[in-house]
Amino acid sequence: MSEIFVIIFLIVGTLFVLLSAVGVFRMPDLYSRMHASTKAGTLGVSCLLFAAAIHFGDLGVSTRALLVIAFLFLTAPVAAHMIAQAAYFTDVPQWHGTVMDELRERHDLEASAREQALPSPEDPDQPPPASSPIT
Amino acid sequence: MIFAALQTYPYFTEVILITLILSLVLTFARLMMGPTLPDRVIALDLIGIITVGIISVFAIEYEQPVFLVVAVVLALIAFIGTIAFAFFIAKGRTL
Repeated sequence: MSEIFVIIFLIVGTLFVLLSAVGVFRMPDLYSRMHASTKAGTLGVSCLLFAAAIHFGDLGVSTRALLVIAFLFLTAPVAAHMIAQAAYFTDVPQWHGTVMDELRERHDLEASAREQALPSPEDPDQPPPASSPIT
Repeated sequence: MIFAALQTYPYFTEVILITLILSLVLTFARLMMGPTLPDRVIALDLIGIITVGIISVFAIEYEQPVFLVVAVVLALIAFIGTIAFAFFIAKGRTL
C-alpha cells in the first residue's frame, strides 16, 4: 500500500524536476530562469525525498529525509533572494518583454552601486564621487 | 510483500533515474552557455539540488538508507556555495 504512494511521489517529483530543468534551459532571462529553478526544483526534490521517507519506514531515516526537506524549504528562498539582488544591482539585463520594474523607480541605483563597490583609495579606476557638485 | 509494487514494474527506478539525468544534462547546458555569471550560479545551484534528488532515488533503489546522510551534507554545501557566489557577485564588478 505504501509503495503506491512511493511510486506516485517519485513520478510527480521527477516531473517537477524535469520541468524546472527545462525552464532553466528555455526561459529568456535570469529572473524567469530563477523563477523556474527555485520553486519547481525545490518542490520536485522534496517529493523525491518524501518518497524516500515513506519507503524506509524507519524513524531515524524518515526524520533525516524530512530534515533535508525542511532545510531545502528554508534555504532555497534565501539563496534565490541573494542571487537576484546581486544580479539586479550589477545590471544583469532583463527580457525585452518585461512590462513592470517597480524597483527601478524606487531605488537609487547609483548610490547602491557606490555603496556595494567598496571604494578603496588605491583603486585607480574608481570614478570620483558625483555627489559633490563644483560650484 | 512490501516491495511488491516496485517489483511489478522492473525498470521503474531506472526510468526515474534516466529522467533525472536528462534534467541534469539540460541544466549543465545552461551552466555552459549561460550569458552572465548569475545564470551559471543558478544552474550550479539547481545541479546540486537535482543531485540530492538522485541520491534519494538511489537510496530507494539499492535499499541503502545511509545515502540520505550524503543528501543532508550535499544540500548544505550547495547552499553555502550559492551564498558565497552571491557575495562574490555583489562585491565585485559586472563580469
